[in-house]
Amino acid sequence: MIRRTLLAALATGAAMIAAPLAAQDTVDIVYIPKNTGNPYFDSLVAGFEDACAEIDCTFSQAAPATAEATSQIPFITAQTQRGVDVIAISPNSPDALNQVLDRARSRGILVLAVNGDLVGNEEHRDAGILPVDFTKTGPNQVELLGSMIDYEGEIAILSATTDAPDQNTWIAAMEDVLANDPKYADMTLVAKVYGDDEPQKSTTEAEALLQSYPDLRGIISPTTVGIAAAAQVIQSAGKADQVKLTGLGTPNQMRPFVKDGTVQAFQLWSPYNQGWLAAHFAVGVRNGDIEIAPGNTFEVANLGTVRIEDKNVINTQAELTTFDAENIDDFDF
Amino acid sequence: MSDTTQARPEQKPALSSHEAAAPRPLWQVVLIRPEVMTLVLLFVAFGVATWLSPFFADTTFILESATFYVEFALIALVLTLIIISGEIDLSPAAMMAFSACVFAALFKAGVPIGVAMGASVATGALMGAFNGVLVLWFKLPSIIVTIGTLTLYRGLAQVLAGDRSISGFPSWFIGIDWKYWFGVPIPVVFFVLVAIVLGVFLALTVTGRQIYQIGTSPEAAWHAGIRVRRIKMSLFVLLGVTSSVAGMLTASRLASVRYDMATGGELQMVLMVMLGGTYIFGGRGSIAGTFLAAWLLIVIATGMNVANIPITSQLIVMGLLLIVSIVATNAIYARTQR
Repeated sequence: MIRRTLLAALATGAAMIAAPLAAQDTVDIVYIPKNTGNPYFDSLVAGFEDACAEIDCTFSQAAPATAEATSQIPFITAQTQRGVDVIAISPNSPDALNQVLDRARSRGILVLAVNGDLVGNEEHRDAGILPVDFTKTGPNQVELLGSMIDYEGEIAILSATTDAPDQNTWIAAMEDVLANDPKYADMTLVAKVYGDDEPQKSTTEAEALLQSYPDLRGIISPTTVGIAAAAQVIQSAGKADQVKLTGLGTPNQMRPFVKDGTVQAFQLWSPYNQGWLAAHFAVGVRNGDIEIAPGNTFEVANLGTVRIEDKNVINTQAELTTFDAENIDDFDF
Repeated sequence: MSDTTQARPEQKPALSSHEAAAPRPLWQVVLIRPEVMTLVLLFVAFGVATWLSPFFADTTFILESATFYVEFALIALVLTLIIISGEIDLSPAAMMAFSACVFAALFKAGVPIGVAMGASVATGALMGAFNGVLVLWFKLPSIIVTIGTLTLYRGLAQVLAGDRSISGFPSWFIGIDWKYWFGVPIPVVFFVLVAIVLGVFLALTVTGRQIYQIGTSPEAAWHAGIRVRRIKMSLFVLLGVTSSVAGMLTASRLASVRYDMATGGELQMVLMVMLGGTYIFGGRGSIAGTFLAAWLLIVIATGMNVANIPITSQLIVMGLLLIVSIVATNAIYARTQR
């Protein structure tokens, strides 16, 4: 009898603990980055974690060892089995994940592509959360360099490979504003060179630029390998006052050059914001506050109004983030 | 004289005990087989995984996860025969990729899908035969030859398919891992059937037993009239064909083919064979061991994934397991060799 009473008391106690947990409709989010041990994705994860500390979600991550095309598949299946509400993934392949993502979605899981999309296979995920509106990347870079050289003089571009699709889109947009915007009429693009995203070749190309164009005022390098190599060359040549350098780089890689004045400012997007946005978006969709359809807008703390574009793509930022001596220590990726 | 005749009856027991050691008790014979260790590990792994995550012990989920590994496991079964025969082949993952690329490229070029599949299998057989010719006629070490052809076949796949992926297969071809036969995904059924057939072949047929003899001593086998070269050649070709089938199973599962299919898969295949207690220098091993080892890997990888164990810890567990299995297998064989 006593035992039964005790058991009943225990059961009631357990029920009292369990009930509020069940009643709370916390959104269970898992993020699957490309691979483990990548500071870029660690920053994205921090965005998720900070968001879930404020809004109603729990967060975990599961990362494969390599960024090989199929390495994420067992992880997606395992998370589906765990019954999470949301799978956010930075896909390693634009199509190898189609089948397994479809299965996750058929079980009611919200699938978000984060940082990179399933290009050409957008119907296999619910929405894509991308870093930045890439149509603004080129013009943003021209404006930043222009502001450093009073909008006049010879400039050059140090890119990745000759057929890198992203870089070529941005360079085309740069050429377009240089040619058509009167603000940049006094800036002349004298050379486009390609370092193939190899440190050695990028260094050689940057050195050649300084040699061939003694009047060069600025270099834009829209690739993380190129900008670091060019910064090294300008630092060694002691030409930081003559030739201004900007481009796309990561804060950790560019920190020493910003600290010693070789580079005034450079740009990139913030992976942190993507995690922050993805968590807010996921919770909004789960709670029925956001309907996924192109043209719909929603509010996100710190980021303002965000719009869902064609193919359910969401650009985390409209403009690039500019890193300089003032703010660079706020970032770690 | 009389001394010696008298001594004989006394010596007799000593002599006979030297000529024929007392047979081992059955429990020792069973325990000393390396597959038993794999089986015990399998039970342990299953228990630990169930304890780690409430989501693990679900047959549907385990079978679904198994489909990610049975393509390699299928190849590991045939690789077991090759390793028992004293050779090794590190190129099957690359053979998977190239034969799948041949299949996909022909299909894209408008060739009927059945013909494209046949061409893929033929390509697999040719690649296996090429490995065999280099090893058996040019007398080169198989490990060196297949490290070379591993790179060669992967390179050919890249030349054929480029950096893009090939997809657009008919809907009946896609998703074989999602089609069931008595509640079991078809690739898993296939794996079990092939394991039974090869297990019977290796253990009970004359050719099967000859593979063990070849692995133990190729010269002795040759002098005994065993066609060493023909048997080894057949095994290399069989491995090529199996790789092609595994490549098409993968293509069906992913609904796309890329030149980098199964990159690094050769290590998992060798891991399965080693974990199953097959002796790396040939002459010993069994299909049952490889079969159990494949399930052991499936249970461990799936269990750790569903328990959200970080991949870094997963790699440490896998590495330790491989070392333990090799040390144990060697120790067991060193004891029984005497």
